Amino acid sequence: MGGARPLHPGRWLGVPALFCVLATIAFAAPIRIFGLQLPEPVFAMVPAFAWALIRPSILAPFALLLLGLFLDMFWGGPTGLWGLSLLIAYATALTGRNMMTGQSRPMMWAWFAGVTAVAMAGGFLFSMLDSLAMPSLLAVFWQFLVTALLFPFAHRLIDRFEDADVRFR
Amino acid sequence: MPFREGPLGDLKVPLTWTAAVALIVAVVIAVAFLLADRRETLQQQAYGVTRQTVDTVSKPVSGVIAAPGRWTGLGVDFISSYFFTASENRRLKAELKEMRGYRDMYLAEVDKNQSYQSLLGLRTDPPIPMVAARVVSDTRGPFANTRLADSGSEKGVVVGNPVMNERGLVGRVVGVAHGASRVLLLTDIASRTPVMIDRTNARAILTGDGGPNPKLEYLRGVDPIKEGDRVVTSGDGGVVPRGLPVGAAVKGLDGRWRVVLFADDAAIDYVRILLFKDFSQLADQKALLTRSLPPVTTEDPDVSILGPTATAPAKPPTPTPTAPATATTPTATPAAQGATPPAAKPPTTPAPKPATPKPTPKPTTGQPAGGAI
Repeated sequence: MGGARPLHPGRWLGVPALFCVLATIAFAAPIRIFGLQLPEPVFAMVPAFAWALIRPSILAPFALLLLGLFLDMFWGGPTGLWGLSLLIAYATALTGRNMMTGQSRPMMWAWFAGVTAVAMAGGFLFSMLDSLAMPSLLAVFWQFLVTALLFPFAHRLIDRFEDADVRFR
Repeated sequence: MPFREGPLGDLKVPLTWTAAVALIVAVVIAVAFLLADRRETLQQQAYGVTRQTVDTVSKPVSGVIAAPGRWTGLGVDFISSYFFTASENRRLKAELKEMRGYRDMYLAEVDKNQSYQSLLGLRTDPPIPMVAARVVSDTRGPFANTRLADSGSEKGVVVGNPVMNERGLVGRVVGVAHGASRVLLLTDIASRTPVMIDRTNARAILTGDGGPNPKLEYLRGVDPIKEGDRVVTSGDGGVVPRGLPVGAAVKGLDGRWRVVLFADDAAIDYVRILLFKDFSQLADQKALLTRSLPPVTTEDPDVSILGPTATAPAKPPTPTPTAPATATTPTATPAAQGATPPAAKPPTTPAPKPATPKPTPKPTTGQPAGGAI
């Protein structure tokens, strides 16, 4: 009867957020192998997509805001930049969730890439306004590319919790 | 009584709408954070206690999490160096041959330089103390390029200190906590560094954009740069010392001059923080901020050569109609002095006399009041 109980926010929100934090710290390691550095994907884009797609809640935007603030502090960027960008991604997914329901996996991947592109475009714009300079488009595209490759994690998160609460069946 | 059994238990609000309301509130908070941010000022006050706390906590956590990856990287480097030993040996021999020539030139130049210094009595800059630090995290995104080093305020690091590795300039310290300091890389979008082209001394500002090769902006002069020119810090503004190696100039795909950073050729996990103090820090700040300015002395309009020369004859310093002549008298009678206000004192110089075209032929007519003796 575990499914009859409401899903605890700690499992749905807390654990994925913690994994995002740990993955972000791990990928910030100063490692260079054969002259190449590690990529820097935005792991928080995974919950930003999944939390809006199934079971939108009041807590999710604030959890995303906290994740974004952590990214800004840890990466040393302007405070609020990633918080706002992740919330824009959440808003985009929330708006288009009716169109995404029941789509095939490749289409969902395309939606994930689209939501990521919107977030990156927001980050680009806010960064321009904050620093009064234009970030490198190539660097933005590179981060977009490695973030878009994270869709399997978002798919796994959705798949894991889609039927975890009988109220949403 | 549980909420679901109460009178509002049947109230059903669409989840999407409640999430949207929460989203709007969170967006407002994020915008407020972004507007209040002063990161681009690169000052200690703008860095804030929150960031210092995050850095202090991040240092050991990042160090532990990054350790396996660092060991893996070291292992891979060891194995790759084992496989590429022969080619590297050939390269190093060629480099050593070239460097021997440079060494002889260097020794000769040092000798000549010391002679010039002793001849001119030149005072050179003192050696800059340094602090070694290990990088525990490295940010490479398009919107922030920073590193967290494990030396902080306890070793005398302050905001603004330049940071180098064995090859060249890496960036500068923008935040200091106990045991950790945040280094803004030259590639960060907020980074601006005064540099010069070593060959031509042409000045430019090295501007980061989040990519690997920062831009050279405000480049001046006729044909100031060409491909492969060495770029060093200019020391302008006192932010960084002069002459630190930065990189080599290249023409970017967008047609702009960019710099391939020397620091990228070296390992990125160890840096040196230069405890450099700029000229403004060496100056006495209290003396610079003093408010006791010297008194403002304005020019007497009657005395000035640009003064009201046309109106000078109209003023009534003396009752005589030949007033211009009185202007030539350095001293006036006591009666005349008493009648004249201080501002209309007789001038001591004969300069304002354009109204009298020929003063010399009539010296006597101009002295009715017993002027010049």
